[in-house]
Amino acid sequence: MRHIISALVENEAGVLSRVVGLFSARGFNIETLTVAPVGDGATSRITLVTRGEDAIIEQILKQLNKLVPVIQVADLTEGPHVERELMLVKVATDKETRAEVLRLADIFRSRIVDATPTSFMIEVTGDSGKLDACLALLTPLGVTEMVRTGHVALARGEKGMSNTRTTHH
Amino acid sequence: MKMTGAQIVIQTLLDLGVDTMFGYPGGTVLYIYDELYKNKHKIHHYLTRHEQGALHAADGYARVTGKVGVAIVTSGPGATNAVTGLATAHMDSIPILCISGQVPVALIGNDAFQEADTVGITRSCTKHNYLVRDVNDLARVLREAYYIAHSGRPGPVLVDIPKDVTVAEAEYVHTTTEPKIRSYKPTLTGHIGQIRRGARMFQQAKKPVLYVGGGAVTANAHRELFRMADALGFPVTNTLMGLGSFPASDPRFIGMLGMHGTYEANMAVSHCDLLIAVGARFDDRVTGKLSAFAPHATIMHIDVDPTSISKNVKVDLPIVGDVRHVLAQFNEQVLTPEFASGKQDLTPWWEEINSWRQRDCLRYAQSSDRIEPQYVIQCLHAVTKGEAIIATDVGQHQMWAAQFYGFDTPRRWLTSGGLGTMGYGLPAAMGAQVAKPDAQVVVITGEGSIQMNIQEFATCLQYRLPVKVVIMNNGYLGMVRQWQEFFYQRRYAESNMEVTPDFVKLAEAYGALGLRCERVADVTATLEKGLAHPGTVIMDFIVNREANVYPMVPAGAGLNEMILI
Repeated sequence: MRHIISALVENEAGVLSRVVGLFSARGFNIETLTVAPVGDGATSRITLVTRGEDAIIEQILKQLNKLVPVIQVADLTEGPHVERELMLVKVATDKETRAEVLRLADIFRSRIVDATPTSFMIEVTGDSGKLDACLALLTPLGVTEMVRTGHVALARGEKGMSNTRTTHH
Repeated sequence: MKMTGAQIVIQTLLDLGVDTMFGYPGGTVLYIYDELYKNKHKIHHYLTRHEQGALHAADGYARVTGKVGVAIVTSGPGATNAVTGLATAHMDSIPILCISGQVPVALIGNDAFQEADTVGITRSCTKHNYLVRDVNDLARVLREAYYIAHSGRPGPVLVDIPKDVTVAEAEYVHTTTEPKIRSYKPTLTGHIGQIRRGARMFQQAKKPVLYVGGGAVTANAHRELFRMADALGFPVTNTLMGLGSFPASDPRFIGMLGMHGTYEANMAVSHCDLLIAVGARFDDRVTGKLSAFAPHATIMHIDVDPTSISKNVKVDLPIVGDVRHVLAQFNEQVLTPEFASGKQDLTPWWEEINSWRQRDCLRYAQSSDRIEPQYVIQCLHAVTKGEAIIATDVGQHQMWAAQFYGFDTPRRWLTSGGLGTMGYGLPAAMGAQVAKPDAQVVVITGEGSIQMNIQEFATCLQYRLPVKVVIMNNGYLGMVRQWQEFFYQRRYAESNMEVTPDFVKLAEAYGALGLRCERVADVTATLEKGLAHPGTVIMDFIVNREANVYPMVPAGAGLNEMILI
């Protein structure tokens, strides 16, 4: 089953390679991985998507927690959560396709972030299904290049992971 | 007070109470060695003949004392030579602080002379590691490293220090307070609800087994374990790493379990209704085929490391905590009259175990003309009254030592259980002898293994370490040969040690005493003479070439499918 795992880690050299090394050494898989500093910059937040039986996911969570610079780990798929991914797609256009590309961009509530006489770059945000659907429609029109960020996600509700709290408790 | 990085290294170690270290100098650690020279009356440095030897010596020192073993190596090849020692300690959860030199910060990544990506290389064979780029972080990092090494589930921690950081200056503040690391807080005490639940399981069990591993040794939990096993009257089996945590001479001890465990231990595990794992990790050499492991049992697991729980075997009652703390918590429940009155009658279970015991699975026949290796170990046990510190290498001799040298107390059994490192024994014994100068320290080894770190005899002689080496010389890599005999139709591919040195002459070349024993009648006399000698001794026992380790669970089989002699 697919799981979204969120980890707060010390923002220091080598943390990402410890996390990635753990996955490769123990044969766990990573579908997507995102990381960036959060809060005061001393902490980074890693979001990764993986698949595995419950026992494997339990090991992943424990093994991540065992890494010294890992502060907190949560499996967001255990509860209600919001997940998002961002995609940039470059579509080559001609007179016939230009209007259709714009129409599709509008349907998916995406934005045109770059335009030339022969191309558009489109920014799409949403869950993976939406991005996949958008890409499926754009591809026949001539996608020349695309990039996806991988997933970020947060649990719903007021509670946060302990070290990213910005409000008083 | 302003100090250089090198001074900070030594001062921090002194503040941590370190008075012994093992190492090998080189270009990038010269400033640190210069400070060691100035402090040689406070920190005793032992110069090994190879960095692997330094790490194993620190490991042996740690195993017998329970303290952090400290090693220092130079950059590049110094660090890569240390890797096997780090990995050995990592697999067996041994606390080590390893300081490695690194090329100056500005040269890192430039393929400089004697540069290696040491933190990259050692990341997966240490509990944690650091590269110190700023002298202002040095003291804090060393204290954190030392703390991480010995707390929680112990392990080796490496601190990589670029040469220029050892020259740069920073303010040093003396402190003895334990570091606080927000992301690292090991659990000490067990959950009381889980412990009450566990105590009820103890009462209900009709066929219980205590399966005790190295965690009980690490946590110094032998007294708590004995009180609990004594009150419960449960049988105790040890893993290879757990030997000594429960007295081998106690009638409730049913021997080691696993691939070369006793028949009674493996049958008890296969038939038990409650398996209590204490500081053990369900290693594949212990469990055999997982689907056939303790198939009828409710499984309780006490361990300080949550990742060990339900990793290989699904656990019904997990208890995370320091083994000594948790057993003490259990004893509060168990050592009460109410508890005793609610217990099951274990007589039928003991009758069953004793019937398995009657198979006498470790028996062997000692003829009059050929020395059996098991016999040498039994004689060694007799001559040393079972009180020696025993270090081993890896292979048949290791299993025979585990089976035949019964340990009644912990921290006297030094063996590479997890990684299985040949060449571990001699340097580990040196570290043990340094820690316990008056103890009888004996290496049980083979003619194959001893050659993997034989250079360390020079270290023994330099520091007058009276380590005694007992070689089981069968002219084969015996365990490899045994597997080839059993599973590869006796095709002995490259397991025949056709040429070995004359170990008596070799001992003499190093300045040690060399003895050879080829006759059964001379075994005890040779051991007595060798062990009584005040210096380093090699005893070369020419033993039965094709003796096998029995009983044996073939790889992939269940524990109830043992090959008995």
